[in-house]
Amino acid sequence: MIHSLFLVNSSGDIFLEKHWKSVVSRSVCDYFFEAQERASEPENVPPVIPTPHHYLISVLRHRIYFVAVIQSEVPPLFVIEFLHRVVDTFQDYFGLCTEAAIKDNVVVVYELLEEMLDNGFPLATESNILKELIKPPTILRTVVNTITGSTNVGEQLPTGQLSVVPWRRTGVKYTNNEAYFDVVEEIDAIIDKSGSTITAEIQGVIDACVKLTGMPDLTLSFMNPRLLDDVSFHPCVRFKRWEAERILSFIPPDGNFRLLSYHVSSQNLVAIPVYVKHNITFREGSSQGRFELTLGPKQTMGKAVESVLVSSQLPRGVLNANLNASQGTYTFDPVTKLLTWDVGKINPQKLPSLKGSMSLQAGASKPDENPTIIIQFKIQQMAISGLKVNRLDMYGEKYKPFKGIKYMTKAGKFQVRT
Amino acid sequence: MLDSNKDSLKLEAMKRIVAMIARGKNASDLFPAVVKNVACKNIEVKKLVYVYLVRYAEEQQDLALLSISTFQRGLKDPNQLIRASALRVLSSIRVTIIVPIMMLAIKEAASDMSPYVRKTAAHAIPKLYSLDPEQKDQLIEVIEKLLADKTTLVAGSVVMAFEEVCPERIDLIHKNYRKLCNLLIDVEEWGQVVIINMLTRYARTQFLNPNVNVKSDLIKSNPLGEKAFYGSDDEEGKEEKAEAAALAKRKPYVMDPDHRLLLRNTKPLLQSRNAAVVMAVAQLYFHLAPKAEVGVIAKALVRLMRSHSEVQYVVLQNVATMTIKRRGMFEPYLKSFYIRSTDPTQIKILKLEVLTNLANETNISTILREFQTYIKSMDKDFVAATIQAIGRCATNIGEVRDTCLNGLVQLLSNRDELVVAESVVVIKKLLQMQPEQHSDIIKHMAKLTDNIQVPMARASILWLIGEYCEHVPKIAPDVLRKMAKTFTNEEDIVKLQIINLAAKLYLTNSKQTKLLTQYVLNLAKYDQNYDIRDRARFIRQLIVPTDKSGALSKYAKKLFLALKPAPVLESPFKDRDHFQLGSLSHLLNAKAGGYQELPDWPETAPDPSVRNVEVPEWTKCSSREKRKEKKVEKPFYSDSEEESGPTESADSESDSASGSGSGSESEESGSGSESEESREESESEQEDKEDEEDKRKKKKKTDRGKVKAPAVESPERFFFIFSRFRFLILEVQRLASDSCSLRTSCRRWHKKTIAPSGSVKTYELLHRITGEGLGVEYCFSRQPFSPDAHMVAVQIMFTNNTNAETKNLHVEDPKLQSGMRIKEFPEIELLPPGEMVTVVMGIDFCDSTQAANFQLCTHIRKFFVSIQPPVGELMMPVFMTENEFKKEQGQLMGMNEISEKLTLGEKCQNEHGIVQRVTSAANVSRVPCGSDKECRFAGKTVSSGILVLVTVATKEERAAQLTVNCEKMVIGTMLVKDILQALTQ
Repeated sequence: MIHSLFLVNSSGDIFLEKHWKSVVSRSVCDYFFEAQERASEPENVPPVIPTPHHYLISVLRHRIYFVAVIQSEVPPLFVIEFLHRVVDTFQDYFGLCTEAAIKDNVVVVYELLEEMLDNGFPLATESNILKELIKPPTILRTVVNTITGSTNVGEQLPTGQLSVVPWRRTGVKYTNNEAYFDVVEEIDAIIDKSGSTITAEIQGVIDACVKLTGMPDLTLSFMNPRLLDDVSFHPCVRFKRWEAERILSFIPPDGNFRLLSYHVSSQNLVAIPVYVKHNITFREGSSQGRFELTLGPKQTMGKAVESVLVSSQLPRGVLNANLNASQGTYTFDPVTKLLTWDVGKINPQKLPSLKGSMSLQAGASKPDENPTIIIQFKIQQMAISGLKVNRLDMYGEKYKPFKGIKYMTKAGKFQVRT
Repeated sequence: MLDSNKDSLKLEAMKRIVAMIARGKNASDLFPAVVKNVACKNIEVKKLVYVYLVRYAEEQQDLALLSISTFQRGLKDPNQLIRASALRVLSSIRVTIIVPIMMLAIKEAASDMSPYVRKTAAHAIPKLYSLDPEQKDQLIEVIEKLLADKTTLVAGSVVMAFEEVCPERIDLIHKNYRKLCNLLIDVEEWGQVVIINMLTRYARTQFLNPNVNVKSDLIKSNPLGEKAFYGSDDEEGKEEKAEAAALAKRKPYVMDPDHRLLLRNTKPLLQSRNAAVVMAVAQLYFHLAPKAEVGVIAKALVRLMRSHSEVQYVVLQNVATMTIKRRGMFEPYLKSFYIRSTDPTQIKILKLEVLTNLANETNISTILREFQTYIKSMDKDFVAATIQAIGRCATNIGEVRDTCLNGLVQLLSNRDELVVAESVVVIKKLLQMQPEQHSDIIKHMAKLTDNIQVPMARASILWLIGEYCEHVPKIAPDVLRKMAKTFTNEEDIVKLQIINLAAKLYLTNSKQTKLLTQYVLNLAKYDQNYDIRDRARFIRQLIVPTDKSGALSKYAKKLFLALKPAPVLESPFKDRDHFQLGSLSHLLNAKAGGYQELPDWPETAPDPSVRNVEVPEWTKCSSREKRKEKKVEKPFYSDSEEESGPTESADSESDSASGSGSGSESEESGSGSESEESREESESEQEDKEDEEDKRKKKKKTDRGKVKAPAVESPERFFFIFSRFRFLILEVQRLASDSCSLRTSCRRWHKKTIAPSGSVKTYELLHRITGEGLGVEYCFSRQPFSPDAHMVAVQIMFTNNTNAETKNLHVEDPKLQSGMRIKEFPEIELLPPGEMVTVVMGIDFCDSTQAANFQLCTHIRKFFVSIQPPVGELMMPVFMTENEFKKEQGQLMGMNEISEKLTLGEKCQNEHGIVQRVTSAANVSRVPCGSDKECRFAGKTVSSGILVLVTVATKEERAAQLTVNCEKMVIGTMLVKDILQALTQ
């Protein structure tokens, strides 16, 4: 299965290598670098690269390439999924997964990788178990460690892997017992020139932060479970119960985890919470172009649209943009030709707009394409699909936990073609 | 610091060392200092020492041995976790000397109380196997033991070990199949992936194809094999029809309950959060499920599209393959494949591929509208791909061809040269389909030659003008004039096309262009590129009439202005589904190391009772009974025929006599090529009777009134009769004592099926007079010899013509040429008088026609005998597409090519005759081919796997040309001789 792993940073240096079987020379990465050079954009590097003796499977996250070397047939998704799991674990341990963070914690990284794979086959990938095996570094612990000489490695050997609930560590104790659930929905949409929706779909997740003592058994029920017809669950959810009663019943892992994710597809009608009026024109022959953009809320059920950020990749011929924003600030990067406009909150009484002119390269011809506008926004306390949690019950423990639920709608890949 | 007493110092030192390893620096000098800390009490130090050991033990084997005793002690620790980690490290140290210790440790751990330790043992198996493959047999024993384990923890790991060590031992799975299916949902996600992939392969060998009826219907009703159906009502109806039209005798397909179990238990996993699991289930459904049920995976796969771009990339590749076969499945999700400007280019191109595959009459207008937006994109590679996609849509869907063409012509005025060039290339392909109506487009394109610089596009335009110069008689010479001027500055492909254009014009309009052509040819004569010089010389000889011009120049016009077939624009994902979906090999479209071929469905289901596990008596009974019922429902297969004996009339006797063995052996029997017509007819009559019989039976049983008598021409029926036929032939062969006279042809039916089994010629090994009553014959059964793939299977038939028993028949003292090997048949203990027995032996002839000599011994006598194979039997068929064939042929030119002219014999003037003759002379299979003037065949030698390509091109009258391409010239020459003889007779 997975033979070796190389971490490559954005400047093309290998800064970490780990081998699970016999050592593979780092010169295999030359094939990767070749492919990297050929690709115009960093994300265009093909995820699977065949070389004479090995296959390289890579993922790009946080501007670091995780390059796995494999030697024989293995489902590529298996490796890709695993690499992403590695990144998630690093993020969980170090807060963020950057080159510096990895270099600072190289020993922990090595210990983690050692536990996650045995002979190239995944062994322990649940973060709860890993945390039992190897304690995540915190500032306090580093200080204590240097004084007392104790270590990051768990004193006791973990038992989680052996229990019936392999995702939950044992002996959890909290003074405040709390369980929070965040329902977060993202709208992916493509809006065409005239403002009509080409595709729109909703991707939702329920993220949970559960800090409960002992072995609680939770059930979560929804007001309208019929919305959820395309779901994927954390392994802790009892699938049979969901099939039969449409109730989520589970023993939660400790800490943060993603309980489920769901997809409301384009066949259902999706309400689009914002509209965009735009007028972007380039005239043939002149070196000027007009740019006008107005945003407005629609179908938001009275909730405010916040943290609105508009960005657009202007055509290569644009030299500069001279615009006037009625609200918020805009920036234009003349090198990457990226225009971003941080709008903030949309006030329905006074719609934000961005108007002005663009100057084009003298003599250059009119660009073929109008730029696509990408919009990001957030709406608090609303799930756009209408999903609502009915109640949360706990069995198996005696105390009364504090429960909380939060809804949020965000723009996912929200594009407006002009 | 490592020598210090303090743990904290040691720890600090180890941390630094590990950091060095991580950066790829060599830290092997420190080995002695590190290794003595292996017994350190501090857990973290210990762990880091382990990391170090595993990394460097291979380089410092002697020193590493010092640490072994620590692990051995660890293996006996009361704590299961310590036992497990000791085993883990011990097995990770790649030092060959400790193989026996590892073996012992694994065996012990495999029967440990703790499932966690057993899991570690399962992990250790492939490690040991890679270190020392000779331990395989012992390891298989351990695997077998662990496979029986009932805990979920172990299941995933042991199946992984199974896949790495002995994927071919499918028999180990039988007993554990149902358990694995039931445990599956609780296994950890990585194990699930491995188990599902393994079970897919398993199911393919053990169950029947659920789509067998549907598929045959599809082929018949729609020759393109497209347009699958998923609507429920619609499907119901079609299936009915399929059943009716298909085999009169075959009962509706009944799925094995175990097959159903697998499908049912994997379905919930489509909702896993792990993309790899979802993909694994998706491929399982795609490969195993009945058509109607495959649809469920579409939703899950579309959901994966939201994931990271690498996941998207892999999923889209697989979706692209699926959409070719099962378009309907993804149609409702069309919009999920729309392209966003922020997608990486490789994702965009894959999505485009999917959209193109999904396009049909109903949605084409929306798709084309989308494509219009894409064309304006800034990403030029993507635009080029879009234009190609439009071209493909236009070829596939006739109604929109004109719209697309107009759209593409508009693109010709685009400012970006790449776009224009790509459009030109696509337009050229489209125009080739219907050139008459589009002379104005050709004119328009002629004008473009002034501006376009991209060589491919220029070449395309020139080709178009040359090809259709009759449609644009005025412009063509003018273009040639312009091109002649710039000839020296053009790229090579453009130059070649200029020469072509000149030649074509010269032939159609020599008055105007004679001088120009001369000029161009003169320029080309002195070109630097030898291809161009050659081409010029060739064309000059061909078209310019000189006194000694050859016979060919008469045909010059025919040569150049022949009607060319329109190109087929097809998806690059077309043939990919022969790889297991979701596999690395599929993604790369090339076989990756260690890839396990997905086997084809078996013709008949192997005995399902092998999966029965010891269960309390009463349940066993009931399940058996159920099985029996099911069998009765499928009278087609031999084993059931026995059971339903009484209902069948006299001619079923032969069947029941054959016993269940005939089911498998029938494959081996073929039939002679020279047919005895009368015999054949009588048998087909019998066959028909039997058909009637069974039909009646079926009517009775299923009460299906509307079953129509099948059209005799339908291929299914042919196939069916054919397979029945083989039973009979085998039977007759067996019953008649001197069966060599019986040669029956069933080739007529065979024509439409792909099965490559050729005709079988019988040779005499021992005459019954020299053999003192023992007659021995042999034939080449053309079946793969399963114990050793490099051997040719030789079927030997013994007949005892004496009135005493012959005992202990066996082979002795083989005298073989070097390299040749022989696999003897098992000794025949007893051959009663008048009886006949058939055995199979394997001989590796090393691709030579040298005879294999050996002694045939009975309990009283020894006979010297020899088997000499005709060259045609030294090969086995290979399936390839036309393109692959051409590619391979291109690599076997020159010395490796042998051609011979011939005059076809009386009886084999048509294509069918040729195919028959060639396949009877050599064990090769037909390669599908576009033209009816050529028949192509491919095979490879059994021993060394060298490709043998045969082409027979027919010409006017009865002339033909035979070409054999093969790396081994000896084989090539001999084969040419043999085939020549077969064809000219």
